[in-house]
Amino acid sequence: MSDVPAIVLLSLLQLLLVLASAPLISGIIGKTKARFQNRQGAGILQPYFDLAKLLRKEVVVSPVASWVFRSTPYLVFASTLVIALLVPTVVVPVPLDWVGDIITVIYLFALGRFFVALVGLDTGSAFGGLGASREMSIASIIEPAMMLAIFTAAVTAGSTNLSVIVATLSSTPASMLNPAHLLAFSGLFIVTMAETGRIPVDNPDTHLELTMIHEAMILEYSGRYLAFIEWSSQMKLAIFLALLSNMFFPVGMATTLAPWALFVGCAAFFAKVIVLAAIVAVVESTNAKLRLFRVPELLMVAFILSLLALILYFIVGA
Amino acid sequence: MSAGYVLGALLPALTGILGWGRVKSPGALDGLVKNLGFTIALASSLAGCVLSLSILLSGDPLHVEIQQSLPFGTMALHADRLSAFFLGVISLIAAAVSVYSLGYAKEFLGRRNMALLVFLYNLFLLSMAGVVLSGHAFLFLFFWEGMSLTTYFLINYEHEDPAARRAAYLYVVMTHLGTALLVVMFVILFSHTGSFSFGAFRDPGSRLPTAVQSIVFLCATIGFGVKAGIIPFHIWLPEAHPAAPSNISALMSGVMIKMGIYGMVRVYFDFLGPDIPEWWGILILIVAVTSSVLGVLYALMEHDLKRLLAFHSIENIGIILMGVGGALLFASLGNRPLASLALLAGLYHVLNHATFKGLLFLGAGSVLHATHTRNIEELGGLVKRLPWTAFFFLVGAVAISALPPLNGFVSEWLTFQALLLGFHLSDLSVKIAVPLTVALLALTGALAAACFVKAFGITFLGLPRSDRAASAQESSFSMIAAMGSLALLCVVFGIAPGLVVSVLDPLVGSLPATSASGQVVLKGGMMLIPQSNSSSVSPLVLCGLIIAVTLVPIAAGYLLGGRMRRRAVMTWACGLQKIEPRMQYTATGFSKPIRMIFSNIFRATHEIEISDETSPYFRPDITYELKTESLFLKYLYEPAYRIIIGSARIFRRIQTGHIQTYLAYIFLTLVLLLLFAR
Repeated sequence: MSDVPAIVLLSLLQLLLVLASAPLISGIIGKTKARFQNRQGAGILQPYFDLAKLLRKEVVVSPVASWVFRSTPYLVFASTLVIALLVPTVVVPVPLDWVGDIITVIYLFALGRFFVALVGLDTGSAFGGLGASREMSIASIIEPAMMLAIFTAAVTAGSTNLSVIVATLSSTPASMLNPAHLLAFSGLFIVTMAETGRIPVDNPDTHLELTMIHEAMILEYSGRYLAFIEWSSQMKLAIFLALLSNMFFPVGMATTLAPWALFVGCAAFFAKVIVLAAIVAVVESTNAKLRLFRVPELLMVAFILSLLALILYFIVGA
Repeated sequence: MSAGYVLGALLPALTGILGWGRVKSPGALDGLVKNLGFTIALASSLAGCVLSLSILLSGDPLHVEIQQSLPFGTMALHADRLSAFFLGVISLIAAAVSVYSLGYAKEFLGRRNMALLVFLYNLFLLSMAGVVLSGHAFLFLFFWEGMSLTTYFLINYEHEDPAARRAAYLYVVMTHLGTALLVVMFVILFSHTGSFSFGAFRDPGSRLPTAVQSIVFLCATIGFGVKAGIIPFHIWLPEAHPAAPSNISALMSGVMIKMGIYGMVRVYFDFLGPDIPEWWGILILIVAVTSSVLGVLYALMEHDLKRLLAFHSIENIGIILMGVGGALLFASLGNRPLASLALLAGLYHVLNHATFKGLLFLGAGSVLHATHTRNIEELGGLVKRLPWTAFFFLVGAVAISALPPLNGFVSEWLTFQALLLGFHLSDLSVKIAVPLTVALLALTGALAAACFVKAFGITFLGLPRSDRAASAQESSFSMIAAMGSLALLCVVFGIAPGLVVSVLDPLVGSLPATSASGQVVLKGGMMLIPQSNSSSVSPLVLCGLIIAVTLVPIAAGYLLGGRMRRRAVMTWACGLQKIEPRMQYTATGFSKPIRMIFSNIFRATHEIEISDETSPYFRPDITYELKTESLFLKYLYEPAYRIIIGSARIFRRIQTGHIQTYLAYIFLTLVLLLLFAR
């Protein structure tokens, strides 16, 4: 996979896959949650209709807001798309794996979060400041847990290159059931729930000022800007689920560009991500949202799990 | 280059003397002094850049012997790659700050002694250049003291302010504590080598015994650590850096504290290497994580813009020392390639911190210039009044938060890589130290991002919280140009790491403890760590990709929604008529969750005072006071202070003030000496 047209084509396909499947995953989570609440719920395609509607609506911008407000939706969307190019979904190795590793992925997410938090302060609304403050505080305690979980995966492969991590693991399937590996997975799962703003850390469906975090920052967004922000959040969730499934259970991934391998790869990707999405929905339905100052305790659990994973890796070996 | 600084210092001094009587009613002379002095500083700094680059590229050290008749051996200026790198850092930042000063110092015209400022400014630059170029202990200490004293006077420049005088006093006490230990260190080195020249110290034939080496190590760590601002010797830094004029703050935070790092690297890796006990690295790593985490946590609690930046300097010194400590640790285990990688990461961060912290202090100076307040609770909405300052400050904020594709990310990425690879070494303390350092580095990065969302968001975004902020004026062209050039450097050092790595790689390779170059390979804009299983990053391509894929949302918008329609409507104020600046989140409110989460460290106490309770519904006067406690002041400095004062009281008893008593003391001493020391 060294020739340029193949790289471009494969990258574009990967981009389209994440771009197109992200709303579907959100739809599936929404539907599952609705069923848990004994509701019919909207169809799983509803997020697509929402995005299409938002893209057509006019945007309302406060005169207080600056260029930071107007450019952030594009920046967040673009940085999320770049992450989509770096994370293995269907094919491994990803053609652009040399551009950025797992650390880059984490810091690119941080870049998007930095600007969304600035937007919270840009319109002069108290809600924005509240959201920005909470988001940045929680993000800073997520980071150590996330880095340690990833550290475990990285030392196993001897690399931070995502494609190498995935390829190393899929060549030794037995180590997928290694206890260190499973502990790191559970640590990263908690991190995912926190990073993507899910119950028990944040509730993506709420607009209640006492509880909202992410929604509070983007409260002033409307129309097309809101569409980009929502779409980026959906992609972020999809990417995190892809990371969870492929960094820890890289089953069925395509290693060649043969049509059959690609088909199996796609099927495996959707199967894994949909299972994980369902788990996310179950966790969200069966837990209550934590009080803000209980969240650090939950993240401490994730940190300890990741640390245990490392210790186990050190004692047992991979 | 040095001649330039001398000229820059002397000319204004002369004109200053000539115009001494005119200080109170200055005419054109002060303006001339300012322009002349800072232009000469700029020219000398550019010459310094050229000299530094020529040494770094050719690898030939500069050696100049100085003829003198002092009894300490031949003094020499000696600049190897390490000196040249730090000289480059000094010169690069000094060049930008000199341009900035041309505009910034206008504020002092007619109010203050311009000749003095220019004189001290040039001497300060000269002594910093002297510190890194010295090849002899006495010369080194001479310039080191020159640096300390000029900055003492510069902190005192606005001496009517009691806070500035107090800060300067604290600074001069702390810095001399450090110098005292450096003198001890050089004397120990002299007693073992019989020479004061750096060449003799590094001579492998004269290696010290391990115990003596460790004493030298500790002296260097504390002596240079005070200047670098490591915790717990940091207490002067958040007082002194904000008190100085902003152009000086930029130099102090961006460059001067790096002289401490220079000293550490010089002693650890050049004089003492390559046989190193393991605990050195562990100690430096402990210092590093403490400094970085506590530095950023204290920064979060600040709402004085310059104090906030000063605390971030402590944090970044911590990050630099993670690289240095990692290098010591890996070198002690005999793994030179890893040690080289870690030291390279640390030195890369030296350059990066100098550029973005210089930039941020210049930005803070520009805000101060425009609004005359450092309290961010009184600011807001400056992005509209000071668009350029805001933009460049944002660049600095993104860089210091280690966000790609700017330079802070590159050096932290390298640090992460060095630490991750270190985990594979089969040594128990490494297995414990490395993951914790990684986790705390991640915590530091995220907290720094939180802090700069606060610093930028509260200062520049939203509605102005005071009239001063509402009527601020953008700074002059020279100030904007200086900030712009540093912002450009932040981008260049971010997307073209090859420029820096190609200079640092041979430097690291030339030191005995890290003599393994080629630990970072560059291939077409990509940085690859050959020791790992193809870990790589390409900030340039990353940057290009981000710009390229921005087309996707633009195209998606047009295809699915047509032309963008925009309507201006005021921010929703929960149903109230209009939004008031007072409704916005404050900096104190913003950092409240962090204060709650880390309450053990901050030990915040608040008092709410309601003075006038005539009506239960309208409380006209409410005072809210919040205090956070400094653990170090309470548990380290105050007891030490009490012990010193207490023992001084005891010794006071022998001081009677009568000359007869003192004659008796002298006589007694003489008798004792005759008895025991014949």
